[in-house]
Amino acid sequence: MQHWMEWAVAFFLLLGGSFVLIGSIGLIRMPDFFMRLHGPTKATTLGMGGILLGSIFYFSMSPETISVHELLITLFLLITAPVSAHMLIKTALHHRLKALERTLGVSELESRQMNLSAQANRSKSTDP
Amino acid sequence: MRMKPRFRWLPTPYRSLLLFIIWLLLNQSVAPFHLFFGLLLALVIPYICYRFRDPQPLIERPLLALRYILRVIADIITANAEVAILILGPLHKLQPAFVMVPLDLEHNLPLTILAGTVSMTPGTVSADIYPCVEHLAADAPIPQRWLLIHVLNLENEAELIATIKQRYEAPLKEIFKC
Repeated sequence: MQHWMEWAVAFFLLLGGSFVLIGSIGLIRMPDFFMRLHGPTKATTLGMGGILLGSIFYFSMSPETISVHELLITLFLLITAPVSAHMLIKTALHHRLKALERTLGVSELESRQMNLSAQANRSKSTDP
Repeated sequence: MRMKPRFRWLPTPYRSLLLFIIWLLLNQSVAPFHLFFGLLLALVIPYICYRFRDPQPLIERPLLALRYILRVIADIITANAEVAILILGPLHKLQPAFVMVPLDLEHNLPLTILAGTVSMTPGTVSADIYPCVEHLAADAPIPQRWLLIHVLNLENEAELIATIKQRYEAPLKEIFKC
C-alpha cells in the first residue's frame, strides 16, 4: 500500500463527507421548502462524487484489481438527482406550499398553482 | 432537426456506445468475451427498443454534446461550492425568487436535458415547464413556453436568464439542430 494513495483516499472521503454534511445542514437551516431543496440536490452530488472517488482509489490499491464500478454510480446519480428534485418541487406546486414571504415572483408561482388546480378540476369533470 | 435514424440496424449510435461502455464497466474487464458480448447487447437492445419509443430528435453534433457534458460537470463543481457557501452563510441575506425563463426549444428530450441542467447548476432548481402542449390539439400552434425556476439567491434576473439561454439552451439547440 502506497503512502500517498492513503492520503488521497482520506482526502476524497473527507471532502465528500463534508459536502454531504453541508447539504444536510441546508436541509435543516433553510426557512421554506423551495430553499430547502437546494442543499440536497447540489451539495450532495459532489459529496457522493468525492466518496466514490475515494472508493475507486481504495479498491484500486491492490496491484491486480482496478475498480471502476463507482463511475456508474456517479453517472446514475447525476441523471436521477435533477429528476427527483423536479418531482419534489412539482408536488410542492400541486400542494400549494407557501413560499417564504420575501421570495420574489411569488405571483408567478401562485398563478401557476391556480392554473394547475383549474386543470385538475377540468380533467375531473370530464372523467366519466 | 433529424428524427429518422441514419441506419436502420443502428438507430441510436451514441446510446449503443453508452450501453457498451456501461457493460464493460459493470464487468470491469476488457476480455474478448466481454467485448464481444457487450457489442452484441449494444447492437441488439437499441434495435429492439427503438420502435417502442416516441421519436425524439437525434444528436447531430456529438463533439459539441461532449463539450456540453464537460461544461456541465465543471458547473456542477462550482455549483456545489457556491451552494455550500450560501447554506453556511447568513440566511437573512439570501434573496429567494421564482423566475420565468422563455424557452426556444420545443421537443421533450432537449427540454428535459435543459431542465435537468438548470437543476444541477448554481443556485437554481427547475420547477415546471408550461403551458403543457400534450393537452393541445395536434394541429394547434405551439405557444411560447416558459421554464419556471426557483433561485436560492437572486442577484440579477435579466443576467440569470441570459446566462441560462446562452450557456445551456443555445448549445442544446446546436446539438439537436432544432
